[in-house]
This record gives sequence, structure tokens and C-alpha cells, in this order.
Amino acid sequence: MSTASLADKRAGSLRGASLPKWSPWAIAAGSLVVAVGIGLAAGLDSKVQWGLIAAILFVLGTFGVAARVEGRRQAKDRVATSLVWVAFLLAVVPLVSLIWVTVARGVKVLDVYFLTHSMGVVADSEPGGGIYAAIIGSLEQVGLATLIGAPVGILTAIYLVEYGRGRLAKAVTFFVDVMTGIPSIVAGLFILSLMLIFKMQPFGFAGSLALAILMMPVVVRSTEEMLKLVPNELREASLALGVPKWRTILKVVLPTSIGGITTGVMLAVARIAGETAPVLLLVFGNPFINNNPFEGAQASLPLYIYQQYSQSAGANAAYDRAWAASLTLIAFVMILNMVARGIARWKAPKTGR
Amino acid sequence: MAKRIDVSGLTAYYGSHKAIEDISMTVEPRSVTAFIGPSGCGKSTFLRTLNRMHEVTSGGRVEGKVLLDDEDLYGAGIDPVSVRREVGMVFQRPNPFPTMSIFDNVAAGLRLNGSYRKSELSDIVEKSLKGANLWNEVKDRLNKPGSGLSGGQQQRLCIARAIAVEPKVLLMDEPCSALDPISTLAIEDLIGELKERFTIVIVTHNMQQAARVSDRTAFFNLAAVGQPGRLIEIDDTERIFSNPSVQATEDYISGRFG
Amino acid sequence: MDISTQTTDAPPPSPEPTLSGQARGARGATRPGDRVFLGLSRGSGILLLVIMAAIAVFLTYRASLAISRDHGNFLTTFEWNTNLNPPVFGIAVLAFGTIVSSVVAMAIAVPISVAIALFITHYAPRRLAGPVAYVIDLLAAVPSIVYGLWGALVLVPHMTGLYGWLDRYLGWTGVFDWEGGAPRSMLTVGILLAIMILPIITNVSREVFRQVPQMHEEAALALGATRWEVIRMAVLPFGRSGVISASMLGLGRALGETMAVATVLSPTFDIQASLLNPGGGTFAQNIASKFSEATQDGRDALIASGLVLFVITLLVNGAARAIIARRKEYSGANA
Repeated sequence: MSTASLADKRAGSLRGASLPKWSPWAIAAGSLVVAVGIGLAAGLDSKVQWGLIAAILFVLGTFGVAARVEGRRQAKDRVATSLVWVAFLLAVVPLVSLIWVTVARGVKVLDVYFLTHSMGVVADSEPGGGIYAAIIGSLEQVGLATLIGAPVGILTAIYLVEYGRGRLAKAVTFFVDVMTGIPSIVAGLFILSLMLIFKMQPFGFAGSLALAILMMPVVVRSTEEMLKLVPNELREASLALGVPKWRTILKVVLPTSIGGITTGVMLAVARIAGETAPVLLLVFGNPFINNNPFEGAQASLPLYIYQQYSQSAGANAAYDRAWAASLTLIAFVMILNMVARGIARWKAPKTGR
Repeated sequence: MAKRIDVSGLTAYYGSHKAIEDISMTVEPRSVTAFIGPSGCGKSTFLRTLNRMHEVTSGGRVEGKVLLDDEDLYGAGIDPVSVRREVGMVFQRPNPFPTMSIFDNVAAGLRLNGSYRKSELSDIVEKSLKGANLWNEVKDRLNKPGSGLSGGQQQRLCIARAIAVEPKVLLMDEPCSALDPISTLAIEDLIGELKERFTIVIVTHNMQQAARVSDRTAFFNLAAVGQPGRLIEIDDTERIFSNPSVQATEDYISGRFG
Repeated sequence: MDISTQTTDAPPPSPEPTLSGQARGARGATRPGDRVFLGLSRGSGILLLVIMAAIAVFLTYRASLAISRDHGNFLTTFEWNTNLNPPVFGIAVLAFGTIVSSVVAMAIAVPISVAIALFITHYAPRRLAGPVAYVIDLLAAVPSIVYGLWGALVLVPHMTGLYGWLDRYLGWTGVFDWEGGAPRSMLTVGILLAIMILPIITNVSREVFRQVPQMHEEAALALGATRWEVIRMAVLPFGRSGVISASMLGLGRALGETMAVATVLSPTFDIQASLLNPGGGTFAQNIASKFSEATQDGRDALIASGLVLFVITLLVNGAARAIIARRKEYSGANA
């Protein structure tokens, strides 16, 4: 009996009616046209709404057509496929928009003058001025943070991989994970609480300390991964030759993984270079050039963007400067990213896949 | 229920690499056909072309014809999903769904097909588990996860899962290679019973196994590493193991290479 | 990633085998070079612990100063007047706003991220999968202040249409009621946060989906499952805990995000029932916005609110890590 009902419930043939290959494109094009039509007819001026309508029509249309031609299961499968594609497009849209707007608006004032001059006494609402002081500040703060954060991070990773055993290593591993999740503003508040105790005024190095705290766990994690990739045989071979452990680490382990470690450090630098919140609390911003990170308020690139945006009361000149500074910052971060990935690919250990 | 398979001129690729070349054979319904041959000769690849699983691997592509009774599996308008419903498969390593119970594992294929009443579903599950000689061992713990069973039981659970949807053909890719001798024996006995209802094709590395379970045996070989695998000969199992017509087959069976 | 798990799984003599298990050999490092090197690296590890402890201690100390002077109730007061003498402030509004914005962000980001992760691992043509993963990494690399600027100057103006819609058709729920102010409210903040946490959720989920054993997917395929059914039967159940922990990592980010909220939100110190009407605030945004005008008391009060944020993110991230750790054991036992 069960066999009979089973046979009823499925089509005897292998030949399922199926939509032609081009059908998703046709449905997509159709829904786009209809969405534009609806948008124009209903007087919706936002392209975002047009896009959303098109996306919804695409998913519904796919389901309708597929359910009619191919059956429910195939229809579900196609809806899942179309939803996944829509999700992907949804993620691309903001990125494209962000890059497009930043470049388009940033190039307006981004020139040599902008890079080599500071705000000085230029009023927020007036055109002119530049980001020289901010670049100097960012470079010094990030540089100092890297000088502190990278060695501590790398050494900690060496400890965890090469020596780590027992309770201390477990605790360090756990707190590195926890530290990764610290909001940047909390790191800023921590340094701020120290400054309040010692009654200090904002200065560049305070920002560096907070950035170093944010950088350390990132460096530890990536370095750890890289050190673990070094085959144990290499270590053993060196130790078997009677080379002391510390020289084995310095001469064998680190050189083997130096490419990956560099990549990790550069990615961490790229991450902290864009941090605003701690800098806002600790470095404070300064329209004038201050080359000394150890005394007096400094400027910083991300902070400059925020201040141009928030203190200008909507002046176009200030917004233009904010976009130009954003473009500079994104360019810096992206170049670091690409170089880092390039190094990773170039120096990748040839083991495994 | 069981159907005949007619393969003609079948060639399969991984990307640009030709894995098997120009294979033609017929597999009779309600019989067990064993594929033997050295590692890398493409017997598993060939098996996977019989239910269009080969194309799941990236770069996998197939030329030639596979007729199931009279329908070409690679013809235009054929839905690979329906093909795999008709041609079930059991894999080398037992692979019950780890998050599902024993019951749900067996019912997994049925649930894809549409709605069954609860009693209907448990009837089929019971029947399939009995068919796989597993019912007595698991009837008290149908709601426990399938991953809690022994390797041999897991493999029989996978067989139950495959036969629950009543396929026409059952493909087995070295189903015993991960099992101990006793579990292997249980599966071999089961194969003998299942051939009453299904067309069975089994890939095996174990020649005694091929001799024990199969009615017909196909020997695959490749000229050299990197060359595509070919079908050397297919004949009644008895003949292949006693008096093969090709020298290479005899060399392989008598252990002179491979 | 794979490789490290493989190596840790391979020799299971001790409960936590490390790579250097054999290499370590002589425990007491006698050579001066060894002693210095071990001291340096162990010292760095200890320094990290000290920093974490110091963060907790100093934030708590300053926070206790502030709370002892607080004339309101720190948990329930709907006010932030730190310039009064004595100051009156409470975190109720901030806690509400932080949770609401993060929940909105999660509701948007989790499904989309999971879909994109599936897109990369199971749907995209091979040639597209790599570039897509790269694009997601680019999204992760954009500094948050740039997201903030983009959100405030590009996203906000584009939201009016959507706000009008939501108000017209869903306004009756109260949650989507809109009085027509600039769309600098929790919904826009949530959308922006969703874009920002999308990469981390996508990347972690992607790793998990990639680890689904081929044989489970083939089992489903061989039963005649469509691609979506394979994902339902084999991929999603296997990846569930991984997706949960990925989402919690994303949540941790969303809770602590400062600049993007500070630029987009038009804050008030009250609780808005509607997601569309401007108002409310988050812990991090409040710190950034109130900081420059804060006196000593004000700064301590902000530190107190930061301490609360710190504890919340610790709990969320700790939970995420615990889930990941349990998952590792589980898959290790099965491998």
C-alpha cells in the first residue's frame, strides 16, 4: 500500500519541465522594468525604493514562474537562489555607493595644497585649508602605537605557540579573544581614566597607547596562525643540531613566517589608522601643526573627518574637506591592505594546499 | 521496479583532465554488477556518472549516453535531481546526517518528495530499516541521533535511507571499505537480498567481495598514470575469476599487479 | 585555519597539545639567551593580562567616583545632566538605544550575511566567489568614520522615501510611526550598523559553511535533493552554532560602534517608541557626543557608562567564543 502511494506521489519521468537558462535574467530584467514603471507612476524619487521593488518583484516573479512550470520544490530552490543573489547585490550597493561618493566628492578639493597645508585659522565654513597636520598626527600616533603594539603582540604569540602551556597560556589565549572585542571607545576611556588621575591634558601619545591596546590582540591572533603553520620538523631539525631554542625561534621559525606576520601587522595598522573614538577622547584635535606627539593636542585624519562633519553646521566647504580626507584615509587603508595581501601571497608558505 | 542501464561511449572529465574514456556496458536489472580495478582507474568516477553525481565536483563533465531503460540521463530536459531520485547511492564512508535522528535520516528522502501522513511515513521507515536488516537493532531508539550507531550500523542506515525512496538502481561506492569484517559480512548478505528488488552496482577494492556478491564483474584499468581509465572487460563473475579473456584481468586478479 | 586544527588534532597525547610539544623538551631554560627570550615573550603575555585587569580596575574606580556623586539613579534615571551640582544621570536611555540599534542591525545583517556566505560557498560561479569574498573584505577595511560620513550625508537623505512608506503602511504599529523629522533615527542607525557588521558575520559563517563535510552534502544530493534542500538538510544544521557565534561577534561590534552612530543619530535623552522618529542614544555615541563639553564629573559619568558597555561586550563576546570553543571540541571528536 505504501508503495502504491509512493508511486502516486512522484512523476514517473526523469524529464522535469524546466525553465531555460536565460530565464533568471529575463525575470530580473522584467522586474526591473516593472519596478521603474511603478516608481515613476507612484512618483517615488528614491532609486533605493526602485531597487527594493525590483528585488521583491524578482523574488516573487521567480517563485511564480518556477512554481507554475517546474513545480513547488524547484520553485523553492529557485527562490533561494534568487534571494542569495539579491543579498549579494544588497551588500555590493552600499560599498559601490560609498566608494563612488567618496571618490567623486573627495577629488574636488584633494590636491597638493590640501595635503601640504593645515586648517590654521581657516573658518569651518570657508574653503581652503588642508590635512597636513592631521596626516602628521595620524602617522605619529599610528607609528608609535605600532612600535608598542606589534612587538608585544608578536612576542605574546611566540609565547603562546612556542612556550605556552598551562594556566597562564590559557588565560592569555582567553583574554586575547576578549580583548579583540573591546570597543575602541572603551580603550579610549581606559587611557582617559589614567589621564584624569594624573591630571594630564590631551596629547598624541595618549592616543597611541589606546590604539596599541586595540592593535595587540589582532597581531597576536594573526601571528599565532602564522607560527602554527611553520612545520614542526623545521624546529626539530634545528634543535637536533644543538641550536638553542631562542636562536631556533629567531633564525628558523620567524624567518619562515615573516611574510605572514608582516601581513598581519599591516592589516592591524590599517585597522587602527581608521579609529576615531579613542583619538577623539585623548588627542582632541588641533587645527595647527603639532609635531610633538608627547605634548599638546594633535590632529588626526579620522578625527579631522569627524570634526569637519560635526562642527561645520552643514557648510559645503567643510563637507568637501571631510570627503577629501576620507578619500585620503581610504586610499591609505586600502593600499596597506593590498600590499599586505600581496606580501601574504608572495611569501605564503609552500606547504599544504 | 528495477531498471536496466545501457552505457555507450561514455567519457568523463575533471576540468581538462580526462578521467575515463569511451566506456560502454550494459547492467542487467535485478543483478549485482561489481566494478574492480586498481586505484585511480576511474571506477568510482564512472559510478558517479550513473546518477549524475560526477558533475557535482567542480569541473566535472560527461560525454556519451547513459540509458536508464530507454531514457538518456544526459538527454536534453533531464533533471539531474529526478535522476538521483531514481538512482540511489551509498558512499564509501557512512554519512548519516549528524543532526538528524535515525528516523529522520531514513525519512529524509521521503520528506523531500512531498507530504506523507505520519503513519504512512513510519510504515515506510520501518519497511526500509527492515530491508536494510537494521530494524531489530534500532527499533527502540529511532529518535536517537544516527551518529551514535556503529560504523556498520551507520552504513546500513545509509542503505535504508537510500532504499526508502524506492530507487530503480542502487549504486554503492566501496560501501564496506571503512567497516570491520563482521559488518562487511552483514552488508554483503544485505546486498544479496536487495538484488531481488533493485539493480545494484558496487565498486569494490576487495576481489573476494566482488566474487562473493556479484553476478557480473567489470574490470577497469588505465594504461599509465595520467591516462584515462578504460573498461577492459565485463563478463559473468564466475568467468572473470576463473577464465578471463584478457591477460591484464588475469594478472590483476591473480595479484601480479595493482 | 584548517591547517591549525589539523595539527592540533593529529597527536592527542595531552589535553591541549601544542605544536611545540616535543620541541619544548628541556623545561628549565638554562642558557641566558633562552631565559631572556622566554622572559620577554612571557612578559608580553602577562602585560596583556595586566592591561585587561587595568582596564577593569581603572574604569571601575572612575565609575565608582561618578556613581557615588550621582544624585539620580544610575540605572533608571532618564537624564544626563552632569553639569549640575550634584550631577544627575542614568543609563536607561542609553541601554535602550544601544539594544534597539543593535537588534535592528542584527535583524538586517544576519540573514543577509548568511545568504552572502552561502553565495560564496555554494552558489556563486567559481570565478565570482573569489572577488565577492574580496569585496566583503574591502567592506571590512573601510574605517568606521567613513561609514559615518557616508551614512550621514548619503544614506540619511535616501531614507526619507522608505520612511514615508513604512509610516504609511506600518505606521499603525507604532514602531514605524514617523512624524516627518530628518531620518536620523534608530532605523537608519541600525541599517548603517548592519552594513558595518556584515563582513564579520559573513566571513565567520563562510568558514563554517566551507567546513561542512562533502559527504553530508553528497548524501543529500544522492537522495535527489535540490541545491536548496542540500543546504537545508546538510549545510545549515551543521553550521548553526557557527552562525550563532558569528552573529554574536557582529553584535559585539554593533554594541560598541561609536562614530557611525554619532554622525547619523540626532540624539535626545529620552526613549522613542518608534524606530523612525529621531531620538534616543547609545552608550558609545553618548560618550563621543558629550565628551567635549564634559567637566571632570561629566567625564567620570561617561566612564561609568563606558564600563557598562565594556561589561556587556565582554559577555557577548565571551558567549560567542564559548560557542566556538565547544564547536571545535565537537567537530574534533567527530573527525
